[in-house]
Amino acid sequence: MTALVIAEHDNASIKGATLNTVTAALAAGGDVHVLVAGFNAAAAAAAAAQIAGVAKVLHADAAGLENGLAENLAAQVLAIASGYSHILFPATASGKNVAPRVAALLDVAQLSDVTKVISADTFERPIYAGNAIATVQSSDATKVLTVRTTGFDAAAASGGSAAVETVAAAADSGKSSFAGREVTKSDRPELTAAKIIVSGGRALGSNEKFMEVLTPLADKLGAALGASRAAVDAGYAPNDWQVGQTGKIVAPQLYIAAGISGAIQHLAGMKDSKVIVAINKDPEAPIFSVADYSLEADLFTAVPELVKSL
Amino acid sequence: MKVLVPVKRVVDYNVKVRVKSDGTGVDIANVKMSMNPFDEIAIEEAVRLKEKGLVTEVIAVSCGVTQCQETLRTAMAIGADRAILVETDAELQPLAVAKLLKALVDKEQPGLVVLGKQAIDDDCNQTGQMLAALTGMPQGTFASKVELSADAVAVTREVDGGLETVKLSLPAVITTDLRLNEPRYVTLPNIMKAKKKQLDVVKPADLGVDVSPRIKTLKVEEPPKRSAGVKVADVAALVDKLKNEAKVIG
Repeated sequence: MTALVIAEHDNASIKGATLNTVTAALAAGGDVHVLVAGFNAAAAAAAAAQIAGVAKVLHADAAGLENGLAENLAAQVLAIASGYSHILFPATASGKNVAPRVAALLDVAQLSDVTKVISADTFERPIYAGNAIATVQSSDATKVLTVRTTGFDAAAASGGSAAVETVAAAADSGKSSFAGREVTKSDRPELTAAKIIVSGGRALGSNEKFMEVLTPLADKLGAALGASRAAVDAGYAPNDWQVGQTGKIVAPQLYIAAGISGAIQHLAGMKDSKVIVAINKDPEAPIFSVADYSLEADLFTAVPELVKSL
Repeated sequence: MKVLVPVKRVVDYNVKVRVKSDGTGVDIANVKMSMNPFDEIAIEEAVRLKEKGLVTEVIAVSCGVTQCQETLRTAMAIGADRAILVETDAELQPLAVAKLLKALVDKEQPGLVVLGKQAIDDDCNQTGQMLAALTGMPQGTFASKVELSADAVAVTREVDGGLETVKLSLPAVITTDLRLNEPRYVTLPNIMKAKKKQLDVVKPADLGVDVSPRIKTLKVEEPPKRSAGVKVADVAALVDKLKNEAKVIG
């Protein structure tokens, strides 16, 4: 039994989500191999070889693999898939894009957002926006899964000494091409990896207020900034800050929700946080039902006061 | 160019579902059902492409029980021209749905298939990608902008850290993200008109597809409950709790 983890990387370094996925792969049993498919990605492959617990790194290098296009990456995975009992992707935008394509080409079902490995063929995953947890068993020969990174600890990024083996790159499908990228610039910790998150909702009222009120608090705590769907839809915060069922799933040590009512879809993204603080002036806000510490107050006075007293 | 839009009937997004006490699933008897919100966005996008003159016909498809006809009527009230129901009482998983849709794609030969990025009941986020794989089409998932031309489509995708744009040759599969568009409200006259539109019913066997599930659900449980929190009187009390009780800040 050998598991294949599809590394998420930027051709130079390995992204954190890969480390959590390696832990899940180790839990499924057997050896763990990591595929680094990219362009000029030798540095990423070398970094993957350092991950504790990894037995072998497969490195495929070609221009068509540079941007992780689903068509080419799926073909690459398929080219080396035989012999693996498990194929695991992190449940990130990239993993979710490619994993089902691989599964369908192998004619197997795919398991999404696995939060717990019970045995080699049995897993836990949340359904209905996290309002229920399903225990599911796969009867397929190859288990293709995406791993919810907050469900697993990160494997150590160093200490391993896996061999790097070069594999032939799959041909470009010619059906899709990469046209450009707009990256949200941020000096803050990445949302899904942050230890502390300060998140704002519709009550902030505008983009200016959102930044003016929440940025000092995030700066003081070294926190990432997040937002509810309402705040994102209203244009107060960028799309990729959205925390929830359809946005990012986070589980930091401390999650501070300011002016967020706490709709089911938002709670789905943050209710596994260790400590939740809610600041809201509506005593009936559903966020208070999951908060460890609730402060019923106007955030425009409470948040600056909080910044001052830290 | 024809556009095929698969839609799913799901528990309404405002309903807080309850897990059945015997652990076999969630209780959806007598619960309000609606069209999956992402699928509304998909229909809206297809209809907008038709209104721009880039598309000739919009076909809505649903797979499932007889009541999915209501969902298809809603799709036609938004502006789909006709509908197909693949009727079955069997439990359908994404791979089976993708195979059913592939059979319909082979028959209808659409230039574009637009799906929602995920259904809010099983939260799988798989069907579009699987359909693209089975039909050999390129895929533009999590789309927040779609620019269609005669032989290609540019799709701006919502990814971790920002946006990315891919160019796909046609035919192609697109899955919608929340911010692609704002679906229109259906009006009463359009609901009446939708009742007269064509709705064909086929069975999985007619399409030659085996829909038996590959994944067995052993049990469904409530998520662990968080222990009740405390209300703090003011900011000073909050800081004190975070520092000395929870010890999450220094």
